[in-house]
Amino acid sequence: MIMWIDLLFEPLQYSFISRALIVCILVGITCPFLGAFVINREMAFMGDALAHAVLPGLVVAYAFGISPFIGALPTGIIVALTIGYIVKKSGVSNDTSIGIVFSGLFSLGLIILSLTGGTKLNVEDILLGQLLGTSITDVYITIGTTVVLSVVLIIFYRQLVFVGFDFQGAKVAGLPADKLDYLLLILITVVIVMSLQVVGIILVVGMLITPAAASSLIVRRFPPVILLGIVFGVLSAVSGLYLSYYFNLPSGPSIAMVSSMIFAICFAASRCLKA
Amino acid sequence: MSYSAPQCLNGCIQCDDVCVEFGNVLVLDEVSFSIPKGVLTGVVGPNGGGKSTLFNALVGLQPIAHGNILVNGLLPGASRGTISYVPQREMVNWRFPLSVKDVVSLGAINRGSIFRKYWFSDNGEVEEALRKVDMWDSKDDLVSNLSGGQRQRTFIARALTQEAEILLLDEAFSGVDISSQEGVIDVLRNLRDEGTTILMATHDLNNLSDRFDEVLCLNRHVCAHGNPESVFTEEVLTELYGSHGEMFAEHRIGHHDHVD
Repeated sequence: MIMWIDLLFEPLQYSFISRALIVCILVGITCPFLGAFVINREMAFMGDALAHAVLPGLVVAYAFGISPFIGALPTGIIVALTIGYIVKKSGVSNDTSIGIVFSGLFSLGLIILSLTGGTKLNVEDILLGQLLGTSITDVYITIGTTVVLSVVLIIFYRQLVFVGFDFQGAKVAGLPADKLDYLLLILITVVIVMSLQVVGIILVVGMLITPAAASSLIVRRFPPVILLGIVFGVLSAVSGLYLSYYFNLPSGPSIAMVSSMIFAICFAASRCLKA
Repeated sequence: MSYSAPQCLNGCIQCDDVCVEFGNVLVLDEVSFSIPKGVLTGVVGPNGGGKSTLFNALVGLQPIAHGNILVNGLLPGASRGTISYVPQREMVNWRFPLSVKDVVSLGAINRGSIFRKYWFSDNGEVEEALRKVDMWDSKDDLVSNLSGGQRQRTFIARALTQEAEILLLDEAFSGVDISSQEGVIDVLRNLRDEGTTILMATHDLNNLSDRFDEVLCLNRHVCAHGNPESVFTEEVLTELYGSHGEMFAEHRIGHHDHVD
């Protein structure tokens, strides 16, 4: 028993691990909360696209030496609103419009990266996360973002549910359904940008959808899906961090791997329960 | 078709010369009618005849090119919230894991205290609505697992918690078996008796006179409006369904069994 506690606390003597742990827990909470909306509205591809499309903002922020969060957030929000607008207004189908914006902006990001030299910047860190490089400023930004995000989600929870379930009916009931859709996109963008530190551009979609999807295999109603999803999210993020510490593995992939394994276990369990 | 002078107050719907265009195509052409409070009206017509467009125009989601609409004495956009809408099956995201009770409590979202809008709902009110439509025993079921008739009754209960004065049902009977249809109609009749104005779009011409007080026949324009026993002349049927309308005229509307 003592040994296990030692295993848990030993890494925390390093302040960079403690900082990483705080960020992990917060990302583990916020991602599945929004992820529950993402999976039930079939927006996983949208989430993946948003993550890739913030690359230009991220690269420019690095080039000017400002916080990547500050750089990526406005880009992300502009991208989210643009994709949302194209999806709603163009005759092109959803996944096509998303794919176009996604590949266009990701390429733009890579081009800016090569133009700015890219020496200061490790592409792998951007793509896979750099959890162990979390600064104290990153921690404060993540805490602040989590608080704002939670407050907005709690305030608009019922309206977002109504719009997600019955868009037309919500409009008729007098809700600003289009604006609520854009709000959801902005919230998803915010959570993606704050998760980039932990899992990077490529893996963020795994953190967004996998814990929530695993949870939806075990429990049925929406609020329990969110709550169990948060448990899975925090579990993945924290155990992924410890795995990467003890086995010297890259942290982002470890976290994404754990959440995929949780999904696999839930899938097997739900099969067995049904049989 | 003549209609009374514009005296449209609570629970009443009035359209004057309403035109709706999609591009260059006229989907609704000078549609005029008036429906008083507490009447159960069936809106019939062929697919593409403008039923859904009319409903969207009534709730202010479809801009009109010409004419006037008054709902509850207000312009369509302003009367939102006093109308409840039971959408076509395909318009609802059934994947969203909500229980019957969750859905019904959403009805009250835009009414009453600010807390209700944001988080809480009145359980007594939800229970009352669910008992009225005979869905209380299924309150914890997921809506995705319900039968067609149960889904319709759940949405009607949502309209009850919304305290809507007008209820619009779009193709409410598609995918609902005939005995469940009767259950839904019974619920609607009770609502009508309490003063709710109800419009139901349907392309099912069976049992119209048993079911509705009035029928509005819509194929781009109003072909006929009135008592279901009397409106279906051969002329009206031809106008509604083209020359095939004569096929229907062979039957006496309302007096034969469901053939689907």
